[in-house]
Amino acid sequence: MAAVNKIGLSKADYRGAPSTLCQGCGHNSILSQIIAACYEMDIAPEEIVKFSGIGCSSKAPTYMLSRSFGFNGLHGRMPALATGAMLGNKTLLGVGMSGDGDSASIGMGQFKHVIRRNVPLLYVIANNGVYGLTKGQLSATSEVGLTLKKQGTNPFEPIDICLEAMASNATFVARSFAGDPKQVKTLIKAALRHNGTAILDIISPCVTFNNRDTSMHSYSWGKSHETPLHDLTFIPARDEITVEDFEEGSTRDVTMHDGSVIRLKKLERDYDPTNRMAAVTILEEAREKNWLITGLIYINPERPSLMDICNLVDTPLNRLTEKDLRPKPETIDEVNALMF
Amino acid sequence: MSDKIINDFSITVGTANGSGSQTSNLTILRALFKMGIPVSGKNMFPSNIQGLPTWYTVRVNKDGFTARREAHEIVIAMNPKSFERDLADVLPGGVFFYDEKIKASIDRDDITAYPMPVQKIVRASEAPSNLRTMVANMVYVGVLAQMVGIDLDKIHQALDFHFKGKAKPVNINFDIIKASAEWAAANLEKTDPYYLEPMDKTEGLIMADGNTAAALGAIYGGVQVVGWYPITPATSLVEKMNAYLPKLRNTEDGKQTYAVIQAEDELAAVGITIGGGWAGARAMTSTSGAGISLMGEYVGLAYYAEVPIVIWNVQRMGPSTGLPTRTSQGDLNQAVFLSHGDTKHVVLLPGSVKECFEFGWKAFDVAERLQTPVFVLSDLDLGQNQWMSEPFEYPDQPMDRGKLLWEGDFEDFEKKFGEWGRYKDVDGDGIPYRTVPGNRREHSSYFARGTGHDIYARYSEDPGVWTEGMERLLVKYETARQYVPEPMVEIMDGATVGIISYGSTLPAIEEARAMLAEKGLKTDFLRLRALPFTDQVKEFVRNHEKIYVVEMNRDGQLQQLLILEYPEESGKMISSTHNDGLSLTAEWVRDDILAKEAK
Repeated sequence: MAAVNKIGLSKADYRGAPSTLCQGCGHNSILSQIIAACYEMDIAPEEIVKFSGIGCSSKAPTYMLSRSFGFNGLHGRMPALATGAMLGNKTLLGVGMSGDGDSASIGMGQFKHVIRRNVPLLYVIANNGVYGLTKGQLSATSEVGLTLKKQGTNPFEPIDICLEAMASNATFVARSFAGDPKQVKTLIKAALRHNGTAILDIISPCVTFNNRDTSMHSYSWGKSHETPLHDLTFIPARDEITVEDFEEGSTRDVTMHDGSVIRLKKLERDYDPTNRMAAVTILEEAREKNWLITGLIYINPERPSLMDICNLVDTPLNRLTEKDLRPKPETIDEVNALMF
Repeated sequence: MSDKIINDFSITVGTANGSGSQTSNLTILRALFKMGIPVSGKNMFPSNIQGLPTWYTVRVNKDGFTARREAHEIVIAMNPKSFERDLADVLPGGVFFYDEKIKASIDRDDITAYPMPVQKIVRASEAPSNLRTMVANMVYVGVLAQMVGIDLDKIHQALDFHFKGKAKPVNINFDIIKASAEWAAANLEKTDPYYLEPMDKTEGLIMADGNTAAALGAIYGGVQVVGWYPITPATSLVEKMNAYLPKLRNTEDGKQTYAVIQAEDELAAVGITIGGGWAGARAMTSTSGAGISLMGEYVGLAYYAEVPIVIWNVQRMGPSTGLPTRTSQGDLNQAVFLSHGDTKHVVLLPGSVKECFEFGWKAFDVAERLQTPVFVLSDLDLGQNQWMSEPFEYPDQPMDRGKLLWEGDFEDFEKKFGEWGRYKDVDGDGIPYRTVPGNRREHSSYFARGTGHDIYARYSEDPGVWTEGMERLLVKYETARQYVPEPMVEIMDGATVGIISYGSTLPAIEEARAMLAEKGLKTDFLRLRALPFTDQVKEFVRNHEKIYVVEMNRDGQLQQLLILEYPEESGKMISSTHNDGLSLTAEWVRDDILAKEAK
């Protein structure tokens, strides 16, 4: 009999339709980690709602969590769709899948404004530096000098998704690498418990169009340049926090909105992800030194989410009925009296 | 002096935009309304915050005709920049009030001219110096009141309403009005024939604008998620919603049953709306033509993924930025066919302020019943001007949430129809059953998409599946005919000629029909209230030898739609289009139809 989690579901209950992405595509590995995270966190698939735009990344939600609702919307316009739907039922956990084309070009406006509103949403950018579904065009995150088969050499500076998120006052910014599944999974778990928009920029190699060893979005470049900021552990709110045999002062805990804790074990540096200046500085430094910085770059668990700001009733809006929504008959005379 | 002319003339005021004249003009309008005289007010304003010339026309008509008129019997000139034009605009025999500080010669002897010592009266008042330019416009209210006979008590009531009962501004303004009226009584001798006398023709009526009515209607429709972006002339619709929602939808703990989100652009505004509608909330957006253009792609998605949303378009003059502060009916074709691929949208066409309220709630019922975007086309004239109106009526039907399945509904469904599929048409009316996120029943979910999908919402490129899906949407459009408001038809005995129009053209058409009847041309009238067309429209078209389709755009968009629908009747449909950004006048309709009759 298959293993089950605390709510009696097996991994199979979290699966999606068979993937039609390329063999070895980084996106498939991200999907596996989302599935694993939800399974391990005992989240019923019905609690999750998936959103995506257009592109390879945005096809991906089909290949996970078949039992969840989902909406594959328009190119670059996933955030608006997610905003409206999350307002419609605030009890759901939103998972948005996007890519560098979808978010850093056509969708840059919505990317920044969903962050500005702090809509509760795990927002994954599967970042491969290339347009895959239209067969290999340069993207806004392609590095200067990247040479692609049909496109020639890229003369333009890339957009750094994490820096853009920081500039928009994001409350959760992380970068990871599809070739580091453990870290990806931990970050997904933390992001799912974040009360706001959690930006996860995951370098996710495109094996078909942009995986040469010299490309900054390839597996081999990622493996040789990944510079984790810390070792991450996610401790869900209901779990007891046990002191492991960490050296005194070698870890840093960030307590999240719901009481969950992200434990950061120091590596080479003592990095404080609650410090905005430090976050911007490390991203700049990484750019200068060609590091693939990964880990939790910034978190602010305090800022209210859109749902807090809208002060919505406890019942999800979509469960309200005429009784809750239509003013009483006697009010119509008052309304007419308010007119001249 | 000629005979008195009572309660039948137009007053136009020329002022500078942003000088506070709107308060004065609305005060006149409201005072006349409270005197029981049928009245309308049209604001002709520039796309500007301060400085450019602006005009406001008040029409009083004892017979109840309130359409705009080209002719102005009384003109009030407060703006040196428009003085010459204002003077030239006075009808022969008319009256010209002007601010005496404008040093220009009055070279007409066929009118009565009254100077007004605006500065003198304001200086003598106790108005604080920083408010003096604003209250200067109250001088013409007082002088006019004295000279044509507006009841000062009614003026006080109007000010009280405008300033929400705040004594200080009411008194400052009313003192000027009173002083001006007293000055006029002492210094001007009435030599013109225009008089106002109280009537009882506005009893039981209210005065409101269409945007306020639409906002209130939406609130009674249970609006929950609103994505919007500011644009003239639609902005006040959502602003009014924000003003009235807390009053009308308060909860015990002060929490909200709605969310109104000002988006970063119209693409996001409609995206938020579609997200909300898909999730099962009552969702709407409000914009004008340029915003609709931006929403095109998303509306196509909502059509194909079958998401109920309501889109208000308070029309202004296009194409492009066009005339943002002028009215139009130029977006009808855009609404019906918006987006690439084959689309046909349901469109509601309110023709009065009261109908803006009614369609405000009804649009949600239609949208959720049909699971599709529903457009409501208003326009600047209807949306922003104050209209006399019958009071708003409480919805006469319970909310129709359409075919929506929650956890407890599945057993029944499966017993009747077998396995549920999001796009399975089990009733044969083209409308499938939908579920919304948060439904915890296993296998109640589906993956919505704008890409090809089968009846289980699974991705499909199968040619047959695609064709079937699109054909079913056509069946649904046929079904829509039974859920949209029927047209209003008015018959005149012995008429063979018909008129079809919609929206804010109603007062001009009503008056034009009376004028045409006097000239011996009897007309029947169908006021369209929705698309798709219902059988009543077909019948009306069939039963008339000749039909004038009157509308405010260049290309005769409604006529085109009628011809598409009834190609065999195309020969009898004559387009009568008015397209200068100003609302329709009865004289124009009469003259255009008579000219076409003469051909």
